[in-house]
Amino acid sequence: MSKRLVQAEFNVERDPERCIQCQVCVRQCSNQVHAYDEEAEQVTCDEASCVGCQRCATLCPTGAITIKKAPPDFAPDNNWTSDVIQNIYRQAETGGVLLSAMGNDTAKTSWWDNILLNASQVTNPSIDPLREPMELTTFLGAKPNAVELSFDDQGGPSLATKLAPQLVLSTPIMFSAMSYGAISYNAFESLARAAGQYGTFANSGEGGLHKDFWPHGPNMIVQVASGRFGVDIDYLKVAAAVEIKIGQGAKPGIGGHLPGEKVDERISQTRMIPVGSDAISPAPHHDIYSIEDLRQLIYSLKEATRYQKPISVKIAAVHNVAAIASGIVRAGADIVAIDGYKGGTGAAPTMIRNNVGIPIEFALAAVDDRLRQEGIRNQASVVACGGFRSSADVVKAIALGADAVYIGTAALVALGCHLCQKCYTGKCNWGIATQDPYLTRRLNPDIGARRLVNLLRGWSHEIKEMMGGMGINAIESLRGNREHLRGVGLSDRELSILGIKAAGE
Amino acid sequence: MRLLHRKQFPTSKDISGCAISGMMSEIGAPMSGEAIIRSIANMHDRSNGLGGGFAAYGIYPEMRDRYALHVMYDAIDDKQETERLISRWCTVYGDETIPTRPSALVRHPPILHRYFVNIKPEVMERFCDETEDDAIVDLVMTINNESKGGFVFSSGKNMGVFKGVGFPEDIGEFYRLDEYQAYIWTSHGRFPTNTTGWWGGAHPFSLLDWSVVHNGEISSYGINKRYLDNFGYKCALHTDTEVIAYLFDLLVRKHRLPFEAACLAMAPPFWPQLERLPETRRELARTLRIVYGGALLNGPFSVLVGHSGGMVGFNDRTKLRPMVGARKGDMVYMASEEGAIREVCNDPEVVWHAAGGVPIMAHLKEPEKVIGAEATARLKAHSCKLPAGAWQESPRAGRAAASVQ
Amino acid sequence: MKRIVAKEEYCMNCRLCEVHCLVSHSRSKDLIKAFRQERGEIVPRITVERLGAVSFAVQCRHCDEPACVEACMTGALSRDPVTGEVTHDPQRCVGCWMCVMVCPTGAIRRDKSGHVAAKCDLCLETGTPACVANCPNEALVIEEDND
Ligand code: SF4
Ligand code: SF4
Ligand code: SF4
Ligand code: SF4
Ligand code: SF4
Repeated sequence: MSKRLVQAEFNVERDPERCIQCQVCVRQCSNQVHAYDEEAEQVTCDEASCVGCQRCATLCPTGAITIKKAPPDFAPDNNWTSDVIQNIYRQAETGGVLLSAMGNDTAKTSWWDNILLNASQVTNPSIDPLREPMELTTFLGAKPNAVELSFDDQGGPSLATKLAPQLVLSTPIMFSAMSYGAISYNAFESLARAAGQYGTFANSGEGGLHKDFWPHGPNMIVQVASGRFGVDIDYLKVAAAVEIKIGQGAKPGIGGHLPGEKVDERISQTRMIPVGSDAISPAPHHDIYSIEDLRQLIYSLKEATRYQKPISVKIAAVHNVAAIASGIVRAGADIVAIDGYKGGTGAAPTMIRNNVGIPIEFALAAVDDRLRQEGIRNQASVVACGGFRSSADVVKAIALGADAVYIGTAALVALGCHLCQKCYTGKCNWGIATQDPYLTRRLNPDIGARRLVNLLRGWSHEIKEMMGGMGINAIESLRGNREHLRGVGLSDRELSILGIKAAGE
Repeated sequence: MRLLHRKQFPTSKDISGCAISGMMSEIGAPMSGEAIIRSIANMHDRSNGLGGGFAAYGIYPEMRDRYALHVMYDAIDDKQETERLISRWCTVYGDETIPTRPSALVRHPPILHRYFVNIKPEVMERFCDETEDDAIVDLVMTINNESKGGFVFSSGKNMGVFKGVGFPEDIGEFYRLDEYQAYIWTSHGRFPTNTTGWWGGAHPFSLLDWSVVHNGEISSYGINKRYLDNFGYKCALHTDTEVIAYLFDLLVRKHRLPFEAACLAMAPPFWPQLERLPETRRELARTLRIVYGGALLNGPFSVLVGHSGGMVGFNDRTKLRPMVGARKGDMVYMASEEGAIREVCNDPEVVWHAAGGVPIMAHLKEPEKVIGAEATARLKAHSCKLPAGAWQESPRAGRAAASVQ
Repeated sequence: MKRIVAKEEYCMNCRLCEVHCLVSHSRSKDLIKAFRQERGEIVPRITVERLGAVSFAVQCRHCDEPACVEACMTGALSRDPVTGEVTHDPQRCVGCWMCVMVCPTGAIRRDKSGHVAAKCDLCLETGTPACVANCPNEALVIEEDND
């Protein structure tokens, strides 16, 4: 066998002064980096397979371990960076496609950081959300342009307009689609429980809904994707809303593949496929080759759910996203979810993850503008997703025009994910992106749900503080209110697409 | 000189603090402008001399069926250009310079002219199933956005707006308002914090027979503007006041909601209050809130909205700006301060502080007599026989009702 | 009484309970010193059992009818009739290991110093069971059990 050229990505340092040879690290690293040498009575290590997940360092009782990014080993070169060289070595060794997980990690700007928020001074009192009402309640679904009333003989008004079904969120944040299969049973349960406890929604992803999770149905949005896994009438009935997944920000135009080794008994029941068989989601829906076909699926789902549930359509943010979104709204969707190019995934070809699609900031601004220009903004709610890192990102997205956001990566980080981006290996040391029973038990859903609820509470509170600063006490007055955004370090063109003024204007 | 009143649209949103006052005779009895000038002058310190104005209803009885366009011009050639446009669209039944009384306190007025018009039948054909009102709106938007130096600041029937840069009492003198007879008067003294004075930027802001005077800052302005954009309203003036006028036009005239429902949409109860409403009202208030999220007015404000059939006063839902109501016989008064009311009516029968979000309504008792059958029919379509409180049988409405007793 | 309950579905075999139990029963109460200097004398009073993916921590169950108390000839082991805790008094223990033999859960071990038994004392000295406080996944919890 020829010598492998790929070098270790991380250095594992163990402080001998501190190490007590307890072997916690040995038992926790699923990549077998640490081992115990019985003879030497010493913990040893082989750092070549370390993925930098920090599990050992976190659990080591004496803090003896430091995991560091290995220094760049190659001559400094801005074009041919270590990452580039290592990737070529990998491919030269395997002849395969480079895989990655989680969102685009390249240094391209996050435009959220170039957008700043407003606050009141003098002319308009800011509001303290701890002492005064501050409302985040959000309704997702189609709304008519006008409300019609009818009047009885006494002139008493009553509603003539019947509202289409709406999802009611206590905060404009939902958990984005992560399927059971891509994530563990316990991770899925944590998300579902937290959504219920906080009054928002979790998205089942495309892998079906295990019967154990049916009680969480009122807080679940279930997906119908190209693989149609786990889709039957009960699945549609048990959920609060149904989402047609057309694409995903991390890999627009690409399908999905859950390897057979992850398909155990429970996943096989959930996905309705045999144990051990690969679960393949084709790149397109083979019954949707055009917008008319999408309309048919939307209406089939509406019929199946007796027009009682909002139907969402999720697309990746691609170049002409505004026109596509407009088509989707006209095709009858009640919610359009737009996933930006920083959106996460359990597995995607690295080149696609890092190079296909457009940033959610521009996509969202363009979609909101377009729907307003066409006078159809009321007909559907817009949900933005793809790389929301903080409540400030959320506030900016809502001010740009989103009704709500989906968070995926942030939710997983709350559950303990350390962004090692190796979800596709199935060896997630944090018990999240794995089906290995030795690893999945590391995520206790009691803790997971609690941490997610804390995250939602923390972000919601921050959103309220930011709104209060702007002198706004209802989320509907923040939504699409670009007057409260200013750009820094953006070109005129960027500002005009985002529809915001520059700082100082 | 020209630069001083050059038609100037601020580049960012106008922010101002203010004084407002309004009075109405519910039987349509004519009153001269003398009282309203005294009332607004009483709150002199709430303005800073950068804007004052008045709206008066019932002032052109002989021209009751014509739209009265009040237009300001920077220069004579602007006037000629705009007049060409007006005569292309309209039959002009009369026009004159708006009479003024030169005053040392009101400097550099623009050219002020008024026209009594109807849209020509052949022009109406372009508007398919839309009404003459829609055509007038279109004309006003066209002149204000496209013509270089002409600005229409009043466009209703049998009503007019008079405004400019100066303290409101001086503006009232300047326009000789003591010589007009109106059954509704509203007025405004302005304290802008971010724009220099421009005659067109003073309040009231008016479109058709809507006139709005407003005190406060709308923090939801950005979305209200974009929401209105969906329905074809172009907010060129960058003032909150403009947005309020358009929202009333949209909700009441176009969507045919009663005033109370429109106010409920613009200043809805908080969700917990809303949940406590009785079943049918709850569904109604909830639906209005969900559907008209973009019309919710946030931030501190008190506004007086005048229209041919009456006057509506209302506050933001947390009541961050003052608003006092009073009644005596057939007279209804609304103002920022009680003193402004007592200045002109020293023995009101009731005086109350309006509750947040609950409108104070004043109506013509026999509108047919005052505004004619056609306008009455239009008015009826968006009037509701229920008292304002009945829309929001919530504790705060209870409070409002109690204080009216 | 208070009982420590092990949730095997969330035990991840890290054995930090053992580590912290040992520290809690050390003289120094210091992780590094306890392991470096006292390991020869003390043992953890909790043991993690594992088979494949499944593991759980075992320590004294504080039985209602404790076999160890029955078997103990010196009265070193006794059950508090009020709290129900089964305690061990090293001063009285003669190291006959009868308790070790009879305990059905294998919860008693010999202290390494030699001559006395060692078992879970619910960390009476510090007040909070160290295993519960340090289990990173809440696989050990204290439950009040009223039977
Ligand atoms: S977990 Fe820490 S103390 Fe224990 S063996 Fe590993 S490095 Fe040493
Ligand atoms: S892979 Fe994770 S657990 Fe293993 S050595 Fe690296 S950082 Fe530690
Ligand atoms: S989910 Fe697990 S494998 Fe994936 S990035 Fe996070 S820690 Fe790594
Ligand atoms: S500390 Fe908790 S999770 Fe770790 S082995 Fe002990 S009981 Fe199990
Ligand atoms: S040591 Fe064993 S026998 Fe004694 S009380 Fe504990 S579990 Fe029961």
